[in-house]
Amino acid sequence: MKAKVIVMPKHSILDPQGVAVREAMRHHGMPGVKSVRMGKMIEVEVDGADEGKMHEICRDLLSNPVIEDYQLVLEK
Amino acid sequence: MRAAVIRFPGSNCDQDCHHVLREFGFATDYLWHKEESAAGYDLIVLPGGFSYGDYLRCGAIARFSPVMKSIIEQANRGVPVLGICNGFQILCESGLLPGALIRNRDMHFICEHVRLRVENTANSFLCGSEVGRVLQVPIAHGEGNYTADGDTLKALNAEGRVLLRYCDAAGRITPEANPNGAMENIAGICNQRRNVFGLMPHPERACDGALLSTDGRVIFESLLVALGESRAA
Repeated sequence: MKAKVIVMPKHSILDPQGVAVREAMRHHGMPGVKSVRMGKMIEVEVDGADEGKMHEICRDLLSNPVIEDYQLVLEK
Repeated sequence: MRAAVIRFPGSNCDQDCHHVLREFGFATDYLWHKEESAAGYDLIVLPGGFSYGDYLRCGAIARFSPVMKSIIEQANRGVPVLGICNGFQILCESGLLPGALIRNRDMHFICEHVRLRVENTANSFLCGSEVGRVLQVPIAHGEGNYTADGDTLKALNAEGRVLLRYCDAAGRITPEANPNGAMENIAGICNQRRNVFGLMPHPERACDGALLSTDGRVIFESLLVALGESRAA
């Protein structure tokens, strides 16, 4: 199974990286940029794992639920 | 008194902690993160550094080291656990302390002396100090911006579990005195049982007269007093 895990900072959490990149984009001729948020994408290839176990690992290891949300995208 | 300094791949303040603990008279062992047991110690210290290169998130992988299971058991039995800098991050990731440490507000790695106000002394780590006392202790981190949800902050405040806040020289808690954007200037917190303490500043780097400040000593002196009392009881 192939999976993609997208981890993003929660909307309620300040994202200093996103803010810095937003400012850089404004300085690079895009004054209209309103918001940039940065997360990470993790590609996983795994034999014989079930979706439930993947969610468990997303919750416990790949993201920190205090500050991040994740999205699990399974590829057939 | 026996103390353990936990070593993860990437720990780099382990020798400083070991040195200071020995100076204070603790029989101190290094404990490699693959050890299955951290039992038999009066104090467990998670030192600063970059465990696992800070991959994924600071402390996220160290949290699953074999030794952590035993540390959580010891913490739940009441053994004092002190997490400094990366150690604080590991304590938050492991759930022993609430909240998380995210990237500093201004993105920079900050290495400088800061002022801390003692907020609570009803614990083993600051019982030798006084509420309102201002300590000068260095910080050295890129991810020390303490973040927690509103309910957690409310509980921390209501239960007197914020032990240290960043302040100015006069002890005022101001936005200017906040180096990293931490919510409510929080520099260090403890758990509900008050035996697990995590802080971003490095008290072990403020114990020797050659190092600008000796204000970090009060934490180790407090621990000696508290541990001595609990042993006598």
